[in-house]
Amino acid sequence: MISVHLILFLAFGAIAVAGAINLLAQTHPINSALSLIAVMAALAGEYLLLGAEFVAAVQVIVYAGAIMVLFVFVIMLLNAGVEERTQGSRVAFLFGIPGMLLGSLLVAWVVLRHSGTEAVAAGALPGAPKTIGPLLFHEFLLPFEITSILILVAIMGAVVLAGKPPTTAAGPAQKVKD
Amino acid sequence: MVPLSYYLVLSGILFACGVTGFLIKRNIITIFMSIELMLNGVNLSFVAFAAHWQVLAGQVFVFFVMVVAAAEAAVGLAIIIAVYRTRETLNVDQVNLLKL
Repeated sequence: MISVHLILFLAFGAIAVAGAINLLAQTHPINSALSLIAVMAALAGEYLLLGAEFVAAVQVIVYAGAIMVLFVFVIMLLNAGVEERTQGSRVAFLFGIPGMLLGSLLVAWVVLRHSGTEAVAAGALPGAPKTIGPLLFHEFLLPFEITSILILVAIMGAVVLAGKPPTTAAGPAQKVKD
Repeated sequence: MVPLSYYLVLSGILFACGVTGFLIKRNIITIFMSIELMLNGVNLSFVAFAAHWQVLAGQVFVFFVMVVAAAEAAVGLAIIIAVYRTRETLNVDQVNLLKL
């Protein structure tokens, strides 16, 4: 019997896989970025099916929102054009693609065959903010604080790397003058 | 009811697409997006395992992955801007020298 849960899973999964393949097929980075947003939105739907409602909301807000806006911003800032395709090695095509297909079929067969028949019910583990919060701020307090330091370091690193290059005469010669 | 293995296979497909994009793409921004795709595939298996074994810690780990992805995106895109400033190209085939 095909349940609504399975139909929704297959629909969101199809959108995610189609978006991932479209990311590979497109040559313009902005099209790839839009397909990645589609993948992330479909994954948010999968998280909702698993009951992880807070993760789904954060996925849409942080991933599809903040991070992808950063990507699109950089694409537009650098005026990135159509990608120039280069010729890959022929050995990679001859052995890589069949090898990859064989390996993934093997892994899929093992996973589908030997992982038992236990099913994950829709909303099996409700991950509401009320239950996530205590876990995040009590048991995982130290990792949480460490990630905040990581974010701080990342912000400073981004400012240093992307900031204005020094235009002093003593510094190394810059190719692009401001 | 959807078996856990379906979620794992979907996660594996997304991860494999990310690896493929990382290897075949030549635009440095698209390569970066492939890394994000890999992280998303891993996140899906985290949430699926959390629901399967009824352990909420799996969902908490997804947040840590997202935080690391955000930090990585900020630093990585800053590096891309710095590379573009000195090389005036986004093609990784032309960024093959440490020296200018």
